[in-house]
Amino acid sequence: MKINLNNNEVSMAGESFSVRELLALMKFTFPMIVVKINGRLVGKEDYDRVFVGDGDNVDAIHLISGG
Amino acid sequence: MKSKLEKLRGTCIGIAGCGGLGSNCAMALARAGVGTLVIADFDSVTLENLDRQYYFRDQVGQKKVLALKENIHKVNPDIDVQVHDVCLGPDEVLHIFKNCQVIVEAFDRADMKLMIIETVTERFPDKFIIAGSGLAGYGANNALRTRRLGNLFICGDETSEVTPELPPLAPRVGVVAAMQANQALEIVMDDMEPAAGDDVWEE
Repeated sequence: MKINLNNNEVSMAGESFSVRELLALMKFTFPMIVVKINGRLVGKEDYDRVFVGDGDNVDAIHLISGG
Repeated sequence: MKSKLEKLRGTCIGIAGCGGLGSNCAMALARAGVGTLVIADFDSVTLENLDRQYYFRDQVGQKKVLALKENIHKVNPDIDVQVHDVCLGPDEVLHIFKNCQVIVEAFDRADMKLMIIETVTERFPDKFIIAGSGLAGYGANNALRTRRLGNLFICGDETSEVTPELPPLAPRVGVVAAMQANQALEIVMDDMEPAAGDDVWEE
């Protein structure tokens, strides 16, 4: 499948992944992260329930301390 | 037709946190002529804060919201500054910022950043939230950028974490604070729509 991750096309072996699996595969490791799929925010409690498939638009943003 | 500057006078912008990002962003918005600023923080000014935050030596020990209001009014006494000496959670965000068109996230901690982003994107879909993420250290001017996801803007490099070796320093914190203020002005001046323009990268 192909997804659009942070404005880059990414090809992956497989039909679909949970958000949690996707973040692990893409090495998004910071504890605080904003995930949007096709423009909708996905909360941490839904990482195992929400799946990403071919053509989906995924944005993942690390929230970094400091301000 | 109202001029753009008149429009700013009628605008209310919320600032969540009055540290390095919040104090500098508030001063930029005040100088630009934003009519109402709603500022919130629970902290007091320390000597260490003076390395990057918009406070002065004689304000050490004062509540940040009161010191910041004083500094804003030294520049422009006509600005309506509403202060909230409080530690923000979702309920406080929904109450304190309900009349703001734009909310600037200016917290230090990443979990607080996530809290306000989730609260505003889910509960205030008609408002904008402008967050800062990745501003520690020095240099790398061109790594600092703005990214838009619906009603959420993120300013910063999205990578530089504050550590003992890589503290937040005035220039880079100030740049990101000014980027947030600049983004807020664009939203107001150009009547940007929260729902439009998802997943837009701005170079």
